[in-house]
Amino acid sequence: MKILVCISHVPDTTSKIKFTNNQTEFDGNGITFVINPYDEFGLTRAMKIKETTGATITVVNVGPASTEPTLRKALAIGADEAVRIDAEPKDASTVARLIADYAKEQNFDLIVTGRESIDYNGGIVPGMLATYLDIPFVNACIGFELDGTNAKAVREIDGGKETLEGTLPMLIAGQKGLVDEKELRIPAMRGIMMARKKPLSVIAAGDTTASTTIVSFELPETKAACTMIDAGNVEQLVELLHTEAKVI
Amino acid sequence: MAVLVYTESWNGSFKKASFEAVSYAAQLANKIGTEAIALTIASTDDAAQLGNYGATKVLSITNESLATFNNQAYANAIVAAAEANGADTIIISNTNNGKAIAPIIAAKRNAGLITNAIELPSSTSPLTVKRKTFSSKAFANYSSTAAQNVISITPNAMGTVENGAAAQVESFDYTATSSDNRLSSVSVDRATGKISLTEADFVVSAGRGLKGPENWGMIEELAGLLGAATACSKPVADIGWRPHGEHVGQTGIAINPELYIAIGISGAIQHLAGVNASKNIVVINTDPEAPFFKAADYGIVGDAFEVVPKLIEALKIHKANN
Repeated sequence: MKILVCISHVPDTTSKIKFTNNQTEFDGNGITFVINPYDEFGLTRAMKIKETTGATITVVNVGPASTEPTLRKALAIGADEAVRIDAEPKDASTVARLIADYAKEQNFDLIVTGRESIDYNGGIVPGMLATYLDIPFVNACIGFELDGTNAKAVREIDGGKETLEGTLPMLIAGQKGLVDEKELRIPAMRGIMMARKKPLSVIAAGDTTASTTIVSFELPETKAACTMIDAGNVEQLVELLHTEAKVI
Repeated sequence: MAVLVYTESWNGSFKKASFEAVSYAAQLANKIGTEAIALTIASTDDAAQLGNYGATKVLSITNESLATFNNQAYANAIVAAAEANGADTIIISNTNNGKAIAPIIAAKRNAGLITNAIELPSSTSPLTVKRKTFSSKAFANYSSTAAQNVISITPNAMGTVENGAAAQVESFDYTATSSDNRLSSVSVDRATGKISLTEADFVVSAGRGLKGPENWGMIEELAGLLGAATACSKPVADIGWRPHGEHVGQTGIAINPELYIAIGISGAIQHLAGVNASKNIVVINTDPEAPFFKAADYGIVGDAFEVVPKLIEALKIHKANN
């Protein structure tokens, strides 16, 4: 069985976000980049499948050479090979198209992505990729079990969950629940050493046309100072919520 | 030319987010100088009421093959309705189901897709829309050069506009194909009567300051009084005090209710990312240095076990008098 895990290279969750070039570009200065947390849940689920079925795991990323440390980290966690599609990502549809062009030739049984990246939060690539490849798509996947080629996937719905059944190939876009937080793996020294010897191939990107562009970024307005209320006077909070905030 | 808006139902009834989506579609249609057509699938609710939010016409699909949600089938049905009605812009609500179908529709139509929109387009040519990005730490204005577009809008971000009109309802037929139905639904597990977090007007949330899952009774009582949904911080979900579905924050659910009350949550940057779009934030924490106070509108430094019961009493009195 062949599994493809799509990896996004994103600013660490603790990053303070700033923009440059007249608020039109993300400022990556001083930012630590990591595997997108949602992708990491997916990669860990793929590792568990590998351990029980002997599947091979390929990780793929669309990005410039600067994203390679993130792919190496995925190899150190346990993926078998990495592929970098050499392009500056233009928008979600071009990323989906580039991954689809690569994956079409490879006949993956299972494609795993995060439900969205924590930087642009589009949540677009997984569904488009599944559509371009004409395979079933499970979004916000919080549980996944395989029995041969029969899959049982659980997805989050508003206020609950739904269990779906189908057969491979399919694409699941995951999040926490696919595995627990405590099951995430920190690469061990042996894994890091081995990752250096694992193949990381760079493939040229075909021509794609973006349909959307970012015109500008904005930061939220800073909040006015917080109105502090004495713990012995909670009635004042109720009063303010009623008369000032007008929410109750 | 027309704008088509998909209105999601749950157990036959329209979701609040669907009324917001129709209001958005109608305002956009008005800007372009066209009409907003609503599409309902497997809804038994009164479809004519969508006119009240600005739809001029409602298409209703009741085909048995679409009785339960299936992302592929629903996306194809929406595409078919858009094509039959000359709609080149499709509006969807960014709910869990909306998130599953929007990229499929956009891929099928070769459309530009802008998700998480929080405002009406600032320009219609080229279509330019403000959306949330960097897990709500920032906003971005996206422009689309595509001839067809899909906009998915953040629930609770823009409210509704009502005009008192009723829309004319027509049936529209679409039958799901075998390639639509490659996944089958085995079971749906949803707490009935529970308010969904993304749509809730009020959210009461608690963190590790509560000391243990046995202490959530007062949180639920407070939420019940306000008609609020309950939420929690990431550590609390990770240690299993509360279900993962309640985790709000950067890697959990992003919310933007009218009122967010955070109790015993210090306000790490990852938590703030998911909740700072809330219109009013109340923070109750024992630590006066908790970073959450910087992001709050109203703060109380105090022990949750003393403050929350008092707040419940004060709210009961307020309710009795108003």
